[in-house]
Amino acid sequence: MAKARINIPRNVTAGDVIEIKTLITHPMETGFRVDSLGVRIPRNILTHFSVTFADQVVFEAELQPGIAANPYISFHLKAERGGTLTFTWRGQNDFSVTETRELAVAS
Amino acid sequence: MRPSIVASVVLALLVCAGGCDRPGASINVQRTLTEVQSGYAYQAPETQSLQDDDFGNPGLLWVDKGIALWEVHCASCHEGLDHMTDVATRYPRFDPALNRVINLTQRIDHCRTEHVGLPAVDYESEELLALTVALTHLADGQPYAVDISGNNAAAFERGRAYYYTRRGQMNLACHHCHEVNAGKKLRGETLSQGHSNGYPTYRLQWQTLGSLQRRLRFCNAAMRAEPFAYGAQAYVDLELFLAWRADDLALESPAVRR
Repeated sequence: MAKARINIPRNVTAGDVIEIKTLITHPMETGFRVDSLGVRIPRNILTHFSVTFADQVVFEAELQPGIAANPYISFHLKAERGGTLTFTWRGQNDFSVTETRELAVAS
Repeated sequence: MRPSIVASVVLALLVCAGGCDRPGASINVQRTLTEVQSGYAYQAPETQSLQDDDFGNPGLLWVDKGIALWEVHCASCHEGLDHMTDVATRYPRFDPALNRVINLTQRIDHCRTEHVGLPAVDYESEELLALTVALTHLADGQPYAVDISGNNAAAFERGRAYYYTRRGQMNLACHHCHEVNAGKKLRGETLSQGHSNGYPTYRLQWQTLGSLQRRLRFCNAAMRAEPFAYGAQAYVDLELFLAWRADDLALESPAVRR
C-alpha cells in the first residue's frame, strides 16, 4: 500500500530547475509526550531521508523530533538528463520505505 | 385575497411538496443561522493553503490509502469509484437491514464485515478512516443531500434536540458556541459555526486525520460533559442534523484545521 506521495513535474526540458515534492505517513512521535495514564510515549521518528539519481545522492536530510507528523519535504533539482530517482526514508524501529520514480527530460 | 392568488399559493406549495431542490426540503424546520460559513474561513492563511494544496494536503495520504483498499476489497462488487461520487452526500441515512440511521463509516464497516467477510475494526481505525475519506473526497464540492423525512425524521429530531440541549459542567449546548457566539473569541480560538462539511479532517492539533465523531467527543470533553463511545447513536443522529444544518456548503474533506 502506498505510504508516500511523490510529485515530479512533467514536460521538463534539459537545464530546467524543477521542484520535487514528497509526503509520507509517519507519526513523528517526539518522545516527550505522555499518554492518558501518564506513561511516557517512546520516541519514534524518521531520522533520515535521501534521494539518489544514478547512484549519486542528490538530496539528503536528517530529521529531528521537532518536525511535525507526516513530513512534507520538497527540494529543487537541476534536470540535465532523464533517469530514475530513488527516495528512501529511514527511521526508528527499523522503519524503511523506498520508492522510485522516473524523471523524463526532453532535450 | 383573490381566488386566483390563493390558487397560485396552493399550487406553489404542492409543487414544493412534490420535490423541491433537495429531499426533505419541503419539511418546515426553522434554521437558526441566516448565512452558513465553512470552518475554512476561520483558519489561518497557512492552514488554508495547506488544505488547498492538492499534493501537500496531508489528508490525501489517507485518500490514497482508501482508494488502494477500495481496489482490493470493494471493487469486485461496486461498479467503480466514478459511480460513487455522491454517496457521501447522502449519509447519515436509514438502513433497512440494520433498522436504524447509520453514517458512512458504519455503512462501510457493515459492508466490510457482512459482504466482504473481513474482521471488524475499531471505528477510528486507519482502515475505516481511509475508506471514509476516500469516498467523501469524491464528493468534494457537492453539498450534503441528506433526507430528513420518513425513516430519517426521528433521528433528525433527536439530533436537533441534542444540538439545543445544555449539557456538562459548563452547561452549554452546541447552539451557544456555534450559533449564538460564532465568530467571537474563546480565549485564543475563534468560534466557528461548527459545520461538518470538512470531515474526516486533518487536524494539526491531532497530527493525524480524524472522524467527525472524534471531534464531537472532543467538544463534549471541552465543555466537561462525558463523551459517548465511538459509533453511539446520539452522535449519528447529531451528524444527520449537522449535515442538514450545513445547508448548501460544499463538502471539502479532507479539510485541514488547526
